[in-house]
Amino acid sequence: MGRIQLKQVQKAFGDVEVIPPLDLEINDGEFVVFVGPSGCGKSTLLRLIAGLEDTTSGVIEIDGADATDLPPAKRGLAMVFQSYALYPHMSVRKNIAFPMRMAKMSQEEQDKRIDAAAKALNLTDYLDRRPGQLSGGQRQRVAIGRAIVREPAAFLFDEPLSNLDAALRVGMRMEISELHKKLETTMVYVTHDQVEAMTMADKIVVLQAGVIEQVGSPLELYRTPRNLFVAGFIGSPKMNFIQGEEAAKHGAQTIGIRPEHIDVSMSGGQWQGTVGVAEHLGSDTFIHIHGIPGCDPMTVRADGEVTVSYGDTVSLTPRSDQIHKFDANGLRMS
Amino acid sequence: MATKASRSSARLMISPAVILLLGWMIIPLGMTIYFSFLRYNLLQPGATPFAGWENYYWFFTDPSFSAAMLNTLVLVGGVLTITTVGGICFALLLDRPMFGQGIIRIMVIAPFFVMPTVSGLIWKNMFMNPVNGIFGQIAAGLGLQPIDFFGQIPMASVIFIVAWMWLPFATLILLTALQSLDQEQLEAAEMDGASWVNRFWFIMLPHMARAITVVILIQTIFLLSIFAEILVTTNGGPGVATTNLTYLIYVSSLLQFDVGIGSAGGVVAIILANIVAFFLMRMIGKNLDA
Repeated sequence: MGRIQLKQVQKAFGDVEVIPPLDLEINDGEFVVFVGPSGCGKSTLLRLIAGLEDTTSGVIEIDGADATDLPPAKRGLAMVFQSYALYPHMSVRKNIAFPMRMAKMSQEEQDKRIDAAAKALNLTDYLDRRPGQLSGGQRQRVAIGRAIVREPAAFLFDEPLSNLDAALRVGMRMEISELHKKLETTMVYVTHDQVEAMTMADKIVVLQAGVIEQVGSPLELYRTPRNLFVAGFIGSPKMNFIQGEEAAKHGAQTIGIRPEHIDVSMSGGQWQGTVGVAEHLGSDTFIHIHGIPGCDPMTVRADGEVTVSYGDTVSLTPRSDQIHKFDANGLRMS
Repeated sequence: MATKASRSSARLMISPAVILLLGWMIIPLGMTIYFSFLRYNLLQPGATPFAGWENYYWFFTDPSFSAAMLNTLVLVGGVLTITTVGGICFALLLDRPMFGQGIIRIMVIAPFFVMPTVSGLIWKNMFMNPVNGIFGQIAAGLGLQPIDFFGQIPMASVIFIVAWMWLPFATLILLTALQSLDQEQLEAAEMDGASWVNRFWFIMLPHMARAITVVILIQTIFLLSIFAEILVTTNGGPGVATTNLTYLIYVSSLLQFDVGIGSAGGVVAIILANIVAFFLMRMIGKNLDA
């Protein structure tokens, strides 16, 4: 079981309110991702749940029981840190065994769980090495192993992949997702990378300045962002925002259109512009187009084989059913 | 950076310093060894005939010799124990955020800046004197029999004074070690259910191991040659209760005017220091690599 409920939880450091009172419900077995720009309070929120920070006010419930004042160890949660926080003087085996040793578990049970975790995480050959002798990805797996063996009610991940290189990150992303499918344990995952959020989450919580901007499944956030911030944060490349006359035509202050929802042609489209930088990724081409009124530059996703060069004039047609409208307060107009 | 030319010019430029330092070490060492084989007494000027191993024989059979050896080890061991354990405790306390942290840290480090002779005299006259000293006054005020520190427990008193001087050094080094500990490790241990004692034992202490090694090694080197504190407080007494090897050498060469026996003692001290250093390195040296 791992149901976590935050009720009017607030956190202030001195006079600075980092997290204004917020409510959040995390259901059993869910993979929840906290995403937001740096300094938005997502790590603080995770540390509040972990018990590493005290709440200023509000209640945290785990499985229906008040856990607000419980010390971290008593909450039955396991955490994976950004720096992995492995114990450098202990072997991998001892690192993984540490929480069980603290819980005074029997030696056979410890060995059994270590072997199982090592097998699941491909660490069997490295059990007698020290963390210093492992690569980044292996260290990450040890940190996860240390969390698994406790069989916690929920896993907390604090930007676990940000110290890994790009290729490894994609691999670890898959491994963590697979682990979640296998264990069916609640996982709370903090990241600033919206790609990680989109690919892994059952439920994404978008945070800005400690305030929850929107909660929803990845596709919900993609299809119906509640405001300009979420619209700009979710999706890569970013959504194009158009203001002024063009937006007024739709009766909105700002309209948004995603790069993948604009068709490029040589002539006859709704908007005309000149090609700036074109980024060829092979599968896609991202073209930055200048000269569109109310939006400069506009990013467009085109086919990978498209051949445009700098300074070409192209014409663009947005798909009318994919236009997001926002009012003067930046909120979505349905 | 390190081209062939720059390396050889670096060697050339550093050589005067190296030669000077080497000379500073080799010449006194050579002369000590040379003197230790001469019958050389300042009261009998002129004749310094070769004496063979005679000086060593007399030094080893000196009735104070075994006591001095034992005292040296007790002094070093006692001070090391107090400063290492105390230094860890102080470092743990000073690592906590508190009001006036900066000033308290400076105050804790202050004893290290006091000259050995001065601190010895201050302790002797202002604190440990059974009549005028503060401890004596307190005891008298409470109606207790004042302790004559240098009469009744001379060795413990000397150990205490030396430990007081070296505690700041240990504290300083151990505090910096403690501050370099990654906080996330402690938090991870906390999440893993480790109590404070467990966190100290399994995380902090292993992290400080290298610093503790450094503290022990450096202090041993200096503590083997403690002299000023003994000279100004007990003069090696009562009897030979606080005579260590350094002090015995002083007694032989400058109180008995026998440079030959004093030099023999010096050579013995060098050998002892090397033996201790060797065992220390063997024992804790494995902490230094890793």
